[in-house]
Amino acid sequence: MAGQVDALYIYLLLVAGVMTAAIFLAIAVLAIKYRRRPGHVAHQIEGSTILELSWSIIPFFVMLTFFIWGAVIFFKERTPPADSTEVYVVAKQWMWKIEHMEGQREINELHVPTGQNVKLIMTSQDVIHSFYIPAFRLKQDVLPGRYTTLWFKATTPGRYHLFCAEYCGTNHSGMGGDIVVMEPQDYAQWMAGGPAASLQDTGKQLFVSLGCATCHRFDVQGRGPNLQGIYNKPVLLEDGRTVTADENYVRESILNPTAKIVSGFKPVMPTFQGIVSDEQLNALVAYVKSLSQPPAGTATAQNPGPSGQPQNMQVQ
Amino acid sequence: MASTAITANQTPKLNYLNNGHSLKSWLLTTDHKRIALLYLISVTFFFFLGGFFAMLIRLELLTPEGDLMQADTYNKAFTMHGMIMVFFFLIPVVPAVLGNFLVPLMIGAKDLAFPRINLLSWYLYIIAGTLFLHCMLNGGVDTGWTFYTPYSTVGSNTNVIEAGLAVFIAGFSSIFTGLNFIVTIHRMRAPGLTWDRLPLFIWSNYATSLIMILGTPVVAITIVLVAVERLFHLGIFDPRLGGDPLLFQHLFWFYSHPAVYIMILPSMGVMSELITCFSRKRVFGYNFVALSSIAIAVIGFLVWAHHMFVAGISLYAAMIFSFLTFFVGVPSAVKVFNWTATLYRGSISYATPMLYAFGFIGLFTIGGLTGLFLATLGIDVHVTDTYFVVAHFHYVMVGGVLMGYLGGLHFWWPKISGRMYPEGWAKLSALLVFVGFNLTFFPQFILGYVGMPRRYWQYPPEFQVLNVLSTAGASVLAVGYLLPMIYFLWSLKYGPIADSNPWNAAGLEWKTSSPPPTFNFDETPVVTWEAYNYDEIPEKELEAPVAR
Repeated sequence: MAGQVDALYIYLLLVAGVMTAAIFLAIAVLAIKYRRRPGHVAHQIEGSTILELSWSIIPFFVMLTFFIWGAVIFFKERTPPADSTEVYVVAKQWMWKIEHMEGQREINELHVPTGQNVKLIMTSQDVIHSFYIPAFRLKQDVLPGRYTTLWFKATTPGRYHLFCAEYCGTNHSGMGGDIVVMEPQDYAQWMAGGPAASLQDTGKQLFVSLGCATCHRFDVQGRGPNLQGIYNKPVLLEDGRTVTADENYVRESILNPTAKIVSGFKPVMPTFQGIVSDEQLNALVAYVKSLSQPPAGTATAQNPGPSGQPQNMQVQ
Repeated sequence: MASTAITANQTPKLNYLNNGHSLKSWLLTTDHKRIALLYLISVTFFFFLGGFFAMLIRLELLTPEGDLMQADTYNKAFTMHGMIMVFFFLIPVVPAVLGNFLVPLMIGAKDLAFPRINLLSWYLYIIAGTLFLHCMLNGGVDTGWTFYTPYSTVGSNTNVIEAGLAVFIAGFSSIFTGLNFIVTIHRMRAPGLTWDRLPLFIWSNYATSLIMILGTPVVAITIVLVAVERLFHLGIFDPRLGGDPLLFQHLFWFYSHPAVYIMILPSMGVMSELITCFSRKRVFGYNFVALSSIAIAVIGFLVWAHHMFVAGISLYAAMIFSFLTFFVGVPSAVKVFNWTATLYRGSISYATPMLYAFGFIGLFTIGGLTGLFLATLGIDVHVTDTYFVVAHFHYVMVGGVLMGYLGGLHFWWPKISGRMYPEGWAKLSALLVFVGFNLTFFPQFILGYVGMPRRYWQYPPEFQVLNVLSTAGASVLAVGYLLPMIYFLWSLKYGPIADSNPWNAAGLEWKTSSPPPTFNFDETPVVTWEAYNYDEIPEKELEAPVAR
């Protein structure tokens, strides 16, 4: 992605450079040629509609090329491939907490393998931060109270700067770290040293210990909706609207359950605001998402993976 | 020719400056020209105060480590710099100083429509400024000038409410100024001064006034909401209370993006006056230049979310706002092209105001073109919230506004003071400002593209070389800004006496004496000519010396 951004940047630099040079040159030439001197008189010109229209319309079409090219890149930057490895990020003043699906946790460092699409699912515990990796030309603000996402595929092993790019208080400039890109085998070795419980297993334990499982049952219809298979599917609400059960919806339903009631259910669920931490929320969301994953080795009809990689959203 | 009847070549004994010398005659004046001078003194004070904080920032950034001051102090320094420069300098400077002085003169009126409200504007500005100084001396504020929530409502433990109140009050000062200009321009034009004969400075101040009265109330309400959440914990922006932090950004930029045009439009108006006068030409395409001001004011209200491409707005919202942002580039480009075309077959003088005009076009072209980089989504994701943005908005807001303001101040100084400034020193300072400015801010474009985020107190060592260059440029720039203050003060006593029209310029303001009498014109002028009728100004005057 960095190469594509740089290519567009060079194109913009060229156009802007030519424009700047043309204007500067025109001013210099005109200012010298028509400088005030004895015997020289200004010649009045009212204007020229054709000339003025052309220098309104032609630059606009040139700018349209900026827009289209920029929008195409942006669309790619904002559309994570389905086979991305997911990593949860919690920002707080002034550190980055990273949770891998396998249960590995890191602070101010993110280890990723080369050649793998990585999708970051990010939230903040306090104020707005921004996850910025200059080498990847990528940035996404990280907000309290909701998830934002960012994805990339690293190609070259190395350590890259991670900066917080949204001013967040005293130690804003110290809220940085490193993206550590490793060869897949090195990464596997690094990952092997991690804890036993994966993120979704932690979520499963919480799902039981917080009592979620008493209403959200998988065998019979409970007081809450059955959560199997709902992730990323449309949900009909009590007020007639339809929303997609994405990460933000699951998160909101835990913290503010009465906001969007599923059709046919009563608003009986208590809020878990202040009861579960952001890390626990991530585990719960990861668990709910895992309930929609097909058994290993198959692909669902609704969500087919790219050829050769049928295991969507799944990390082994 | 009709103009000869109302030309007064002798300085009358009584003018607005010597009509009363008591402090009361200044502090309770309703004369727009005296109020303009009150503003001139106050905005100059805030400019140098803001500049002091800028120097602190540049000195801290000389080294990668945070060593000159504490992180909190640094955060307060850039917040003070931003708030002072935006709310107490850039927004009022051209309308409140040059606009106040010139709008009635240029349209042949005795004063603004509401002279007492005009004085009230200044008092509100002073109350706001005093409150802000009090806030600053009591520990200041550290939210950045943008007051982003939830940091400003739950994160910061500095004087956010007091700073917000100061901005709130300063906002009413600009609303009143805008209201005054709109009514004045509609109702008080001299006989014969139809809309298509108005000087372009009037058009641009008219467009600015529209933004002031339509946009400023939104930022005022937004600041009240921040205070309400901070004081009473009502959930508006903080998600833990059920609020939405992005709502703040939408409201804030709905005003603060058009506010950029509040700053730049009046300077663009100054440009049209300077370039026509020092080329002895009608402006190329009067209608396009006049209407582009209105177009900028209108389209400027539709592009606010381009500040939020990575803030968490949807993919398609970002695309729409990116697309709309390119539209606002068109009228800005039209102005630059038309000014350049105005030079064609002119008779171009290199007097100081024209040097500033050249400087304006240079800096504004770079500022405007880099704005297109930021409007391009794929690029913005990388460079937003980095020094690229810092460089871009300084090129537009400082490069543009200050070049226009200083050029205008030199141009109208003989009218304001009755004296000429020293041309040699003025040319030197124009050169220092241009060179110093580029040396300060051009390296910041590169810094941003290589990834240095803004508002950083310490930074990785590989960014140091560019930061040192930038700080060096800032020192040159400081000298360039200090010089005019010294020689303008000097000229008040020692400058050559200026006659009523030292530039042989076309506007109505040059058809009354320098300095003008309290009620501007001895007889109400009757306008029978188009704006910038440089072909009708007698030939021999064209070669007359600039100052006598």
